Amino acid sequence: MQPFFQEAVIPHFNFWIYVIIMMVGLWSVIAKNNLIKKLIGLSIFQTAILLLYVSLGVKEGATIPVLDHHALTESSPTESSEGPGKKAHAINPDHYANPLPHVLMLTAIVVGVATLGVALALTQMIYKDFGTIEEDEVLNQIKALHDDV
Amino acid sequence: MKAKIFASIAVAITGAVLLYAVTDFPRFGDPRSPANAGIGGGSPSASLYYIENTYRDTKVPNLVTAILADYRGYDTMFETVVILTAGMSIFAILRVLRRDDASGAPDPAPASSDPSIDGDHHRIIVGTTCRIAAPLIQIFALYVVAHGHHSPGGGFQGGVMLGASFILIALSGSLRDTLVRFGEQQYLRLAFIGILIYAGFGFLPLWVGRNFLDYGALSGLLMTSGEEMARSHSMLGVEIGVAMTVMSIMFAIFANLSTRGRLRGGL
Amino acid sequence: MSDHYPALVLLAPLFGALVIGLFGLRDHRVCLPVVISALGVSLLAAISLVLGVSSGGPIDYFVAGWKEPIGIGIQLRADAINTPLLVVIAIVALLAGIFSIRPAAERDSEKTPYFYVLFLLLCVGLFGITITADAFNVFVLIEVTALSSYGLVAIGHSKRGKVAAFHYLIMGTVGASFYLLGVGYLYLKLGSLNMQDIHAILASDDALADSRAIRTAFVFILVGIWTKMAFFPLHGWLPNAYSYSPSGSAALLAPLVTKVSVYVMVRMMVSVFGLDRLEANVEWGHFVVWLAIIAIAAGSTMALAQREIKKMLCCLIVAEVGYMVGGAWLGDPQRWGLTGTVFHILADALMTSCLFLAAGIFAKWLGALKLEDLSGLFRKMPLTAAGFVVGGLAIIGVPPTCGFYSKFYLIRGCIESGQWTYVVALLASSLVNAVLFFRIFEIAYFGKKTADSHGGDHGQDHESEPIVRLEPPLHTLIPLLVAAALLVLLGLFNGPVVEFIRTGLIETDAVVSTGR
Repeated sequence: MQPFFQEAVIPHFNFWIYVIIMMVGLWSVIAKNNLIKKLIGLSIFQTAILLLYVSLGVKEGATIPVLDHHALTESSPTESSEGPGKKAHAINPDHYANPLPHVLMLTAIVVGVATLGVALALTQMIYKDFGTIEEDEVLNQIKALHDDV
Repeated sequence: MKAKIFASIAVAITGAVLLYAVTDFPRFGDPRSPANAGIGGGSPSASLYYIENTYRDTKVPNLVTAILADYRGYDTMFETVVILTAGMSIFAILRVLRRDDASGAPDPAPASSDPSIDGDHHRIIVGTTCRIAAPLIQIFALYVVAHGHHSPGGGFQGGVMLGASFILIALSGSLRDTLVRFGEQQYLRLAFIGILIYAGFGFLPLWVGRNFLDYGALSGLLMTSGEEMARSHSMLGVEIGVAMTVMSIMFAIFANLSTRGRLRGGL
Repeated sequence: MSDHYPALVLLAPLFGALVIGLFGLRDHRVCLPVVISALGVSLLAAISLVLGVSSGGPIDYFVAGWKEPIGIGIQLRADAINTPLLVVIAIVALLAGIFSIRPAAERDSEKTPYFYVLFLLLCVGLFGITITADAFNVFVLIEVTALSSYGLVAIGHSKRGKVAAFHYLIMGTVGASFYLLGVGYLYLKLGSLNMQDIHAILASDDALADSRAIRTAFVFILVGIWTKMAFFPLHGWLPNAYSYSPSGSAALLAPLVTKVSVYVMVRMMVSVFGLDRLEANVEWGHFVVWLAIIAIAAGSTMALAQREIKKMLCCLIVAEVGYMVGGAWLGDPQRWGLTGTVFHILADALMTSCLFLAAGIFAKWLGALKLEDLSGLFRKMPLTAAGFVVGGLAIIGVPPTCGFYSKFYLIRGCIESGQWTYVVALLASSLVNAVLFFRIFEIAYFGKKTADSHGGDHGQDHESEPIVRLEPPLHTLIPLLVAAALLVLLGLFNGPVVEFIRTGLIETDAVVSTGR
C-alpha cells in the first residue's frame, strides 16, 4: 500500500482530485432528478476539467505567466548584439508557469458559462410549460400529452 | 432509482479508466514535463516559445493575453462568438416579443411587480450605495481591460465586470431603470459591434495580402514604428471588442433570465 | 483573396450573422438575402478549395501568420477528406435556407432574425470544425455549433422541443467535455495541440504512443465524438431533438451536425492517431465494428416501430451513423472502408437533407406528422412525393443514387478485411429500409386501408374524394428537388469523387514526419 501511495498518488495528487470531482459531477448529471441539480452537476464536471488543464501547467516555484520588469529590462538592449542565446538567459522559462493551459481554460470557462446560461433559459421555459422542474414529472406530463407541437 | 444505479456504474467505469491513466502522467509541478518543456529530441514545446519570444514578437509582457489575443486569437474570436451565440439562443428560447411592446421600452407602471422592491424606503440606502459603486466598478473594469497587457486582465475579465456593474444597479434598484440607461436595442447592437471589431481587425490584413488576424500587417494603418507595436495595439483593440460583447451579453442574459423574457418586473 | 479561401469559407457566414444582427433585427427583409449571399460565398470558396486541392495537394493556412515552430499558431488545412464536405455543408445549408422562407403573411414572425442569426452561426461552426487542423480549436467550434443548435431546436412554441433541447444540451456538453478531456491528456503527454504535430510525435515514438495516457485520451475523444454523432447507445438525444424542432431547423441540423461529428472521428483516426497504430490493435477494431453492427440493428429496429415520420427518419440517422462508424473501423489495407465512410458522410448529408425537407413539407402543407397521414400523397403532391421517393431509394441503396455506391464501397472494404457480419448487417438493414419505405409508398399511393374501406368501397372512395393538387409553393419545393437531383448526380459521378477521397486518405496516412 505504501509504495502505491508514494509512486502513484502523491506525485499526482492534483490529478486524483480532479478525477474525483469530475465523477461527482458526472454522477449528479445522470442520477439527479431535478433539472437544476443536473446543471449544477454539469458545472462541477466542467470545473474538474479546468482543474486538470491548469494542474498540468504548474511548475514548481514558478510565478504567474506575466513577464516581470526585471527580466524585460535585462533582455531588451542586448537583443541585437548578443544573439538569441543571451536572450534566453534573461527570461528563465522555469520561472513562469505554462501560459498555454491558462489560455485554453479561459476559453473553457467562457464556454461553460454560455452553456449554463442557455440551460437555465431552457429550464425556465420548461417550468413555465410544465409547472415543475423534476424530470420524472415532466416526462409523465409529456406522455399524457397526446398532441404534438 | 434506476438512474442512480446506472449513474453509479457509469461513474465507476469512467473513474477507473481515468485513474488508470493518471499514474502515467508526469509528476505534478514538473517543469520538464512534455507540456511545459516539450518532449525532447530537439523539439521545443509551444509554451517554451511563448515564454521566450512573446515579448520580442509583440512587446506585451502578459503572456496569457498575448497568446489569447494574438497567437491563438482565432480561438478567442470564436470564444466571443460562443458568447454571442449563447445570447442569441437565450433570446430565441426565452424572449417574449410582442408587436405592441416596442422591445426594450420600459413599461410605465410596474403593475405586476412587488411594490416593496420598488418601495422607496428600501431603495434609498441600497440603491444609492450601488449607484455610487457602479461607476467605480466600471472604471476599474476599464482599467482591467486596458491593463491586460501588463497584468492579469483583458477583455473577458473587464467585460464581465462591466456587465456586473449594470446587473448591480438592476438588482439594487429596478431593472426598468437600468433598461432606460442600457436598453435592449443598445446592448444588442453593442454585442454585434464587439464581434465586428474583432473580425474587422482580423479581416483588414487580408487587404494587404497577409493572413487573417495577422496584426503585423496593420503597422501602416496604425502608424506604428514596427510590427510588434502594431500587434500590441491591435490586441488592445480586439480586447475592447471582446469586452463590449461580453458586457452586453452578460447583461442581456441577466435581464432575460430574471424576467423570463419579458423584461418587466425583475428581481 | 484567393489564398484566403480557407478563412473565407467561414468568415462569410460570420459577417452575414453580424449584418443580420445589426440591421435585420428590426427590418426582417434583410435576413434572407444575407443568408443566401453569405452561404453562396462559402459555396464558391469551398468549390475553389476542392479544385485547389485536387490540382495542388493539401492547402495549409496559418491564421495570424504564425507558421514556425509548428503549433504556436492555429493552422487550417484543406485536403481531400474535408473539402468535399465543405461543399456539401454549403449546399445543404443553402437548401435549408431557401426552404425556410415563410410566406409573406407569416414572415413577420417575431423571432425570424434570431433564427437566421443562429442559422448562420451554426454554419460558421460547421465550416470551422471541418477545416481546422488544431485539436483545441475543434472543441471551441463544436461548442459554437452546439449552442446554436440548442437554440434552433428550442425556438418556436413546441413544449416538447424545449425538453428535447435540454436533454440534447446535457448529453452534448458531456460529450464535448469528454473530447476536451482527451485533448488535455494528449497535450499533457505530447506538449502540442496541432494535429500534424501530434501525428508526427506519435509516429516517431512507439512507446509513447502506446502509453496508457494516450490510449485513454483516444478513448475519451472517441466517446465524446460518439455522443455528438448519436452513435448507439449514446443516441438518446437525437430522435426527440430533431422531431420536435421546427422544420426549418431540422432541415439544417439533421443532415449536418452528426455528419460533421463523424468527420471529426475520421480526422482524429487518420490525421492524429494514425491508422497503422489503430489497426495494430486488431481487437479494438473488431470491437468497434461490433458496436456499429448493434447500432445499425438498433436504428433499423427502432425505425420499424415508429409511427411518426420524423421520428422514423431520426432512427434511420442512427442506423446510418452505425454504417459510417463501422466502415471507418474495418481496417482494410486498401482503405475502401474508410473511403466508403467519407463518401457516405457526403451521401448521407444529402439523403437526410432530402428526406427532412420532404418531411417538413408534409408537416407544414399537409399537416402530416404520422405515416398514415400520408395517404394519397402521390395524388396530392406528385412532385414532392417524387423527391421523397428518390430520397427513400437512396437510403435503401438503389442505383444510380449515391446510397448504392456508398454501400458498395463499404461492402468492398468489408470483404477485404473479412468482417462478414458487417456485410450481413448492411444488407439486412437495407432490407429493413426497403420495407419501411415501400410501406410508406403503399400508403401514399393507394391510400390508407381502414377497416371498412376494402375492395369494393375503394372505387367509390376514389370517385367521391375530390382530387386536390396541393403542391407546396415553389421556394419550398425547389430545395427538395435539387437535393433529390444531387443524390442521383453524386451517384453517377461517384467515381472521380471516390478516387479523390481515397487518394487523399492514403496520402494523409503516409505522411509521417514533418521535419521535427
